[in-house]
Amino acid sequence: MKETEIRAVALATLKSIAPEVEEDELRGDRPLRNQVDLDSMDWLNFLLGLHEKLKVEIPEADYAKLITLDDVVAYLLAKTGR
Amino acid sequence: MIEFKLPSLGADMDEGTLLEWKVRPGDAVKKGQVVAIVDTSKAAVDVESWQEGIVAELIVAPGEKIPVGAVLAILLEPGEQPGAARPAPTPAVAAGPAAVMAPTAPAAPGASVAPAAAPRRMVSPAARKHAQEHGIDIDAVVGTGPHGAVTLDDVEQAARAAVKPAAAPTAASPAAPADKNAEMRKAIAAAMARSKREIPHYYVAETIPLARALAWLQAENAQRSMAERLLPAALLLKAVAVALKRFPELNGFFTEGAFHASVKAHLGVAISLRQGGLIAPALLDADTKPLTQLMQDLTDLVKRCRAGSLRSSEMSAPTITVTNLGDQGTEQVFGVIYPPQVALVGFGRIVDRPWAENGALKAMPAVTASLSADHRVSDGHRGALFLIELRELLQRPEELNR
Repeated sequence: MKETEIRAVALATLKSIAPEVEEDELRGDRPLRNQVDLDSMDWLNFLLGLHEKLKVEIPEADYAKLITLDDVVAYLLAKTGR
Repeated sequence: MIEFKLPSLGADMDEGTLLEWKVRPGDAVKKGQVVAIVDTSKAAVDVESWQEGIVAELIVAPGEKIPVGAVLAILLEPGEQPGAARPAPTPAVAAGPAAVMAPTAPAAPGASVAPAAAPRRMVSPAARKHAQEHGIDIDAVVGTGPHGAVTLDDVEQAARAAVKPAAAPTAASPAAPADKNAEMRKAIAAAMARSKREIPHYYVAETIPLARALAWLQAENAQRSMAERLLPAALLLKAVAVALKRFPELNGFFTEGAFHASVKAHLGVAISLRQGGLIAPALLDADTKPLTQLMQDLTDLVKRCRAGSLRSSEMSAPTITVTNLGDQGTEQVFGVIYPPQVALVGFGRIVDRPWAENGALKAMPAVTASLSADHRVSDGHRGALFLIELRELLQRPEELNR
């Protein structure tokens, strides 16, 4: 998958959890959870949604690497590229 | 004959608008079956029947506003024949002031220290409805009716006296979406103002080391699929529910001037809504559920809360509230008790702290747990012991998974 496709999936998943998200206002290089107000349950559901849509296994040990939307996209790109 | 009434949906929800019937006359109703959907100031709630019977008549039509306790439908008991004489149904909304009085509660025996423990005031349903529609705090209205009852006139007087902004809401029609937030704000304001006015809160806090709990969770989650992983919140909630067994004075309701302990631990989980406001529906029997079950129930509760499909039994059941406000934000939270409950447990954010142990300093993940409790029912000493018990339980996470 291309980066743009993965980003679109990530944004769609995010919007399913936080429908008020405005793509234009979202900074890809800033911590996602601060910008979107996601609690730990939302975050878990976000990652679970990505797992289901992209068939990517995300070990809990990797959660700490996923801070910004750019982090998430890069991580998924690496995983799906394999 | 069974009168199916709108059950209590929590301290800040004393009326609702019937959205939809899920049954029709002639339908058999089982225990626990959802029979109607009622919109409250906070959310649409699935209302269950706790009695079995056959629907004889639907009294209230969709779109009608109804106070808690109003008869929504008449059911026939199993075996009962239709056509039996039945008394006229209670009107959904009383026509005149002081037409029906809320029952008075006896004064709390020996309640000398707490003027807040005064008996519940008599308020006519019409007065209550009018006050709600106009955003007036009914508890602040001086009653001039019999025995100090608050009448419609009193509320109208208070409404005139209140300094109103130019665009004061006056319509009694169901709230438009834009008004929904304002309505919820009002409901929360009324319940929280009542809490601070009536409940003498005391607060205690304890910093709880979580190295063992988080290590156990990490090992546990490594063996689980993504969908089955546990959040630290599951451990914290379970620990609260188990700790309550030894502290019954924190778990239950203060009603009619006296405390009534609950044998069940139904944790009200404070869930913030994306559009603003919050709801604290119950995670039922949290003390008896293994963590996997507890986590599934929590996930389901949050999902249904946000989708607007909570059940009436979940709204009125909580025997204590737990807020995990610190999940993202602050290190400490001291909550306001949700009446008629008598305690609230708050968890802050889990952070690494400098920690002295055996004469050495190290980094330790820790959470600050706080307890807001009702001083009419318990004392700070017991509250502190509760937090110590919570700390000890969280040092043995494997035992919480039973």
